[in-house]
Amino acid sequence: MNTRLVVDVAGLWDELTGEVAAGRRFAGLFGTARPEGLLLTAHLAGPDGVAPLDTLLPAGAAAYPALTPRLGAAFWYEREIGDMFGVRPEGHPRPEPLVLPEPPGDVRRPCPGEPGAPQVIEPDPQALPRHVVGPGLFTIPHGPVRSGVFESIEYLVETPGEEIPHLNMRVFYKHRGIEKRFEGMTPADGLLRAERVEGTATVAHALAYCHALERIAGLTVPWPAALVRVLHAELERLACHLDVAMRLADAAGLAVANARFGWHKEQVLRLVGQACGSRFGRGVVVPGGVSALPLAGPGELLDAVGRLDKAVSSDAGSLMGTASFLDRLRRTGPLSPERAREHGALGPVAKGSGYRDDAREARPYDAYSSLGLRPPAGHGDGDALGRLRVRFDEVAQSFRLLRQVTDELAEAPDGPLRDEGGTSDGRAVGWAEAPQGEVLYDVRVEEGRIVRCRPRSASFHNLVLMHEVFAGDILTDFPFIEASFGLSVAGVAG
Amino acid sequence: MWALRGLRNGVLTTRWPARPDPYAAAGRGPATVLDERPAEAGLDQIDTEQIDTKQIDTEQINTEQMGSEQLERICPTGAIRLADGAVRLDQGRCIQCGRCVAARPDVFGWAEGPAVGGLSRGGLVVPEIDETPERLAALRDGLRERTAALRRSVHLRHVDAGSDGTEEWEILALFNPVYDVHRLGIFLTASPRHADILLVTGAGARGMTEPLRRTYDAMPDPKIVIAVGTDAVSGGLTAPSYAVTGGVAATVPVDVFVPGSPPAPFSILHAVLLGLGRIAPMEAGR
Repeated sequence: MNTRLVVDVAGLWDELTGEVAAGRRFAGLFGTARPEGLLLTAHLAGPDGVAPLDTLLPAGAAAYPALTPRLGAAFWYEREIGDMFGVRPEGHPRPEPLVLPEPPGDVRRPCPGEPGAPQVIEPDPQALPRHVVGPGLFTIPHGPVRSGVFESIEYLVETPGEEIPHLNMRVFYKHRGIEKRFEGMTPADGLLRAERVEGTATVAHALAYCHALERIAGLTVPWPAALVRVLHAELERLACHLDVAMRLADAAGLAVANARFGWHKEQVLRLVGQACGSRFGRGVVVPGGVSALPLAGPGELLDAVGRLDKAVSSDAGSLMGTASFLDRLRRTGPLSPERAREHGALGPVAKGSGYRDDAREARPYDAYSSLGLRPPAGHGDGDALGRLRVRFDEVAQSFRLLRQVTDELAEAPDGPLRDEGGTSDGRAVGWAEAPQGEVLYDVRVEEGRIVRCRPRSASFHNLVLMHEVFAGDILTDFPFIEASFGLSVAGVAG
Repeated sequence: MWALRGLRNGVLTTRWPARPDPYAAAGRGPATVLDERPAEAGLDQIDTEQIDTKQIDTEQINTEQMGSEQLERICPTGAIRLADGAVRLDQGRCIQCGRCVAARPDVFGWAEGPAVGGLSRGGLVVPEIDETPERLAALRDGLRERTAALRRSVHLRHVDAGSDGTEEWEILALFNPVYDVHRLGIFLTASPRHADILLVTGAGARGMTEPLRRTYDAMPDPKIVIAVGTDAVSGGLTAPSYAVTGGVAATVPVDVFVPGSPPAPFSILHAVLLGLGRIAPMEAGR
C-alpha cells in the first residue's frame, strides 16, 4: 500500500472513517512539521499492510477540525499533536495536555520534523486541571513515584471511597523527547535509539524500525536471519508475558507463584543473554538481517527451551487452578468486544476481548509467513482473566515457535545473514507484533539522515482504554487491571 | 500446593558476594580499553580533511585505515576520546552497543563481572585519569563515615526519571529467588521516610525533576543515591533533548554511578553494597 495525500483535513477524516467502517483498523495519527505546513498522517491497517494517509495543514494554521468526535480512537493522538505542535483540535472533547504538560507562556513547541533542536521545556505540572465533581468525591493521586519498582505515571483515582467511577492518567512525567532525538541521526544510530524507546520490547521496536528501512531500500532478509529474528521476538514475548504473570501473582499475594514466575522470567533473560550477549536482545536486529547467529548452539537452545516450557506450563496450569487467584481476576477490568473493535485495540488486551489483529498472522513478516502460525482459540470474556489466558496461550505458542525456528536454523544453509544493500532515501512504514501488541514506525530518510521518525507503541494505543475498564471495580482491583494490560510507560510518554 | 512447588527446584539463590557466582563473573559490562596506545601504523596519520563528517556512516568505516577522528566517531554517545595518542573511554556514556569492540577488537573489549559501578563520575573513565587513589580513598571514607549507621539492614526506594523500562526490570529482578537480596538485609520500602537508598533510573526527564527532588528531601539522613544505568549517569543516547537534564546528578547528589544499558542485576547489587561500604570496589580506580 502506498502513501496517499488527501486534499484537506475534512477529506482525510471522511476517507478514514469510511475505511474504518469498511473493516480497516485505525492505527494512529501524528504530525510532522514541514516547511510548507503541518503534515498530518493517519495510519490504516489492513490485510495488505499499514498505509499512511497524509494531509497538509497550511503553515501558520492554529487549529483544525478534530477527528475524535467522529473516531474516538484518536482521543490521545490529537492531544499529543496539540502538545507537540501547539495546534488546537477544534471540537475535541478534552483538549488537555498529554505527553507534554503546559509549558509556561510562549515557549515554542518541539515540532518534530522541523530542523534544529527545540528549546528546553520546563513542564509545569500544576497547570493541569483536575476533574473532581460531586459531593463526597475525592481524588487519590497514585504516582508518579510509587511504592515498588514502577515506571513513572500518575493515576488520579477519583472515588467516593471504594468504587472507581473515573480514572485520570497523566503520562507526561517521563516524556523524554524521543521523536526529536531520532532526527539528524544516521539510520544505523537510529536503530540504537529505536531499541531504547520501549526497552521491554527492544526486539519488536528494532524489527518495526528495520522493516521500514528495508521497505525504503528494497532489502531482502536472508532466511537464517529471518529465523533468528523470530527466535528473539518470541523470547521477548515470553519474558513480557511471564512478567505479567509474576505481577498478577504478586498482586494476589501468592508469594510462591510470584517467586516461580520471577525465576522463569530470569531464566528467559539469561537465555537471551546467552544467545546474543544482551539480556534484552539488543544488537541482534540490523537493517537487512541480523548481526550474528545465536552464540548458543541449536542443541543448547533446544534443551533450555524444553526445560523452560516444562516448568512454565506446569506452574501456569497450577496458577490457573488456584481459586483464590482466579476470583480476583474474573470480571475484573472488563473491556467489551465492541469497545475493543471500535478502538482497534492491540495485542493481548484486544485478544482477551475477542478482537484479533495480530501482525504476525495478518501482515506476516520475516519468517512468520512460513511458520504456519495459527491463532489459538479465542477468549472473549474481556476481563483480566481473559487477558491472562491469552498470554498463557501465547506462551505455549512461543515455545512451539522457538522449537520450530531452532530446528530450522540447524538445517539452514550457511550464507550471509544480512542484505548489504545499505540504506537509501525515502519514507515507509514498518510494523512488528510486540508482546504488548503492534508497534509501528513511520520513518523518513533524506540525504542519508533521518528527518522524521515516529514510533507508535502498542502501549500508547492501548493505555487510553484503562479509562474505560473500571466499571464497578474497586481500589484493590487496580493492581490486577494495571498488570493485566501489561504495558510500558516508556512507550507511551515518548 | 504452592508450598510444595516452592520446594520443587531446591535452592536457586546465588551466594554472591560471599561466594563467587559464574553468571556474575561472566556478565557483560560496558566496553573497556584493552590497549591504551594502539601501536598500529596509520592511526593518527589519516587525512581527516577528506572525510565528510555529515556523510559518515559508522558501519561503513574502513576499520583498517581508521584515524583518530573515526575512532572517536565510532561511538554514538561520544564516550571515546583520543588525547596525545592515548585512548580514553568514558564508561558512564557507554550504552553497550558494541560498535567499538566490533570495529577495533585490538583496542576495545568488554568489561566483565559485576564491579562496574563507581563512587565518582570521573572514575568511570578508563584507563583512569584524574582520579588519584588518595581522592578515591577519601571519597570512600567520607561515604563510609556518613552511612555508618546503615550497613546491615537497609531499605530501598526507586524513582524512574525517564528510563526505557529495562532498568526497572533489572532492579525488580533483585527480589526474585535467584538474587533474593532479602538475604543481605536489603528491602524495598513503601515510603520515602523509611528509605536509606534511592535508586534513580532514566536520563532525568524534566517532568520528574520535582517528584525526584521531593522524594530525596523526604528521605531521612543518612541517605545514599545510586544512578542506575547509563541514561541516569550521563543521559546516554537520550540526551541531548529538550525534555531531559542528561543524567540525574543535575537534580540529586549521586553517590554511586552504575553504567549499563541496562546494568545487570549483579551490577546493581554491587553498587548497593559499594554504597554501603560492604564490598570492595574490586578494581583500582573505582
